[in-house]
Amino acid sequence: MAELDTSGGGKKGGGKVRTKKQSTRVDLTAMVDLAFLLITFFILTTTLQKPKAMDLTMPDKDEKNDQLPVPATRTMTVLLGANNRVEWFMGQPGNPLTAPTVTGFGKNGIRQSLLDKGQEVKAKSGKSMIVLIKPSDKSTYSDMVSMMDELNIVGNEQRAIVDITPPEIDLLKRDNVY
Amino acid sequence: MARAKVSRKSTSIDMTAMCDVAFLLLTFFILSAKPKVQDPIHADIPASTTIQALPEVDFSSLLVAEGKVVFSVEGGDVRMETLKGMADQYKISFTPDEIKQFASLDNYGFSIQFLKQYLAMTPADRAKYPVTGVPVDTTDNNELFWWVKNARKADKLVHNKELRIAIKGDAKEEYPTIAKIIKTLQKQKVNKFGLITSLKTATK
Repeated sequence: MAELDTSGGGKKGGGKVRTKKQSTRVDLTAMVDLAFLLITFFILTTTLQKPKAMDLTMPDKDEKNDQLPVPATRTMTVLLGANNRVEWFMGQPGNPLTAPTVTGFGKNGIRQSLLDKGQEVKAKSGKSMIVLIKPSDKSTYSDMVSMMDELNIVGNEQRAIVDITPPEIDLLKRDNVY
Repeated sequence: MARAKVSRKSTSIDMTAMCDVAFLLLTFFILSAKPKVQDPIHADIPASTTIQALPEVDFSSLLVAEGKVVFSVEGGDVRMETLKGMADQYKISFTPDEIKQFASLDNYGFSIQFLKQYLAMTPADRAKYPVTGVPVDTTDNNELFWWVKNARKADKLVHNKELRIAIKGDAKEEYPTIAKIIKTLQKQKVNKFGLITSLKTATK
């Protein structure tokens, strides 16, 4: 134990002068308390500050000859409009297989449609659904992130972010979400 | 009757070892903690349910808010190489001292023409310097394109690794700004990147 020998330096002369023996032990409880408090603080603050990210893979723009034709029956187009609204339909913009529907994000919004249509496509063709995301100029970054997140939640792997076309913007305008 | 004698023992325990350990750990955490870099422009990051941890080295982030882009890359050695590449590209010569100054710069959000002037400033003046954003447009030759390109080259040269790029965007940012940045990245065949998000639990 860390203790110093503090006994007096022997006897001096004839008189018995004794130095009082004092203990050098300090109560460390408070110090330990403080140290552990600081440790806890540092552990909690450091691990929570790490940035986390969602991966985004864009289709390669150059390899035109690599692209496979996409069957319209398996394709779902999601248009991102203003005010966190989305509009979706199956098939091509010119002649959609289902009527375009305006909805929002979340459990009862686009996620339900994604799940339903995904199962439908899977039952019909045996392959997974392809989702095309077309953000309009009025949509925000959080819309894009929410949409990618919805696809991650339903487990859709085949998706792509594509540029929006004028007929689709007209469609958004018609339904008051642009 | 004999009385049972309970020997009186001291209740104080020797705390020395415990104190040692506690302070050792404390020192470790303080030294390993990285000070949080203050972003020059504020961005409210959107939430998502699926997230992955980002690396701490070989990593570059593009902060996007208010229509401006702030570029940053991790590691002083990578920053120095990046600036050398940019100096060649824009025919601006930097002194070794300026390059060293740039290595300690956490983020950078203005045109390269003002960089020399910025590096000569005191930290107090730097904080007041307006953040105008790294110029970015839809052409092939915008400044952000070359910053990212040179950072990737520098990282390959210094660490021989691929630079991971992540976008840290404000949730309310309009999509066209993000589209411009994605296009800039895609022009140099960076098709995979991260979107920095905060964690949200899925409402199933």
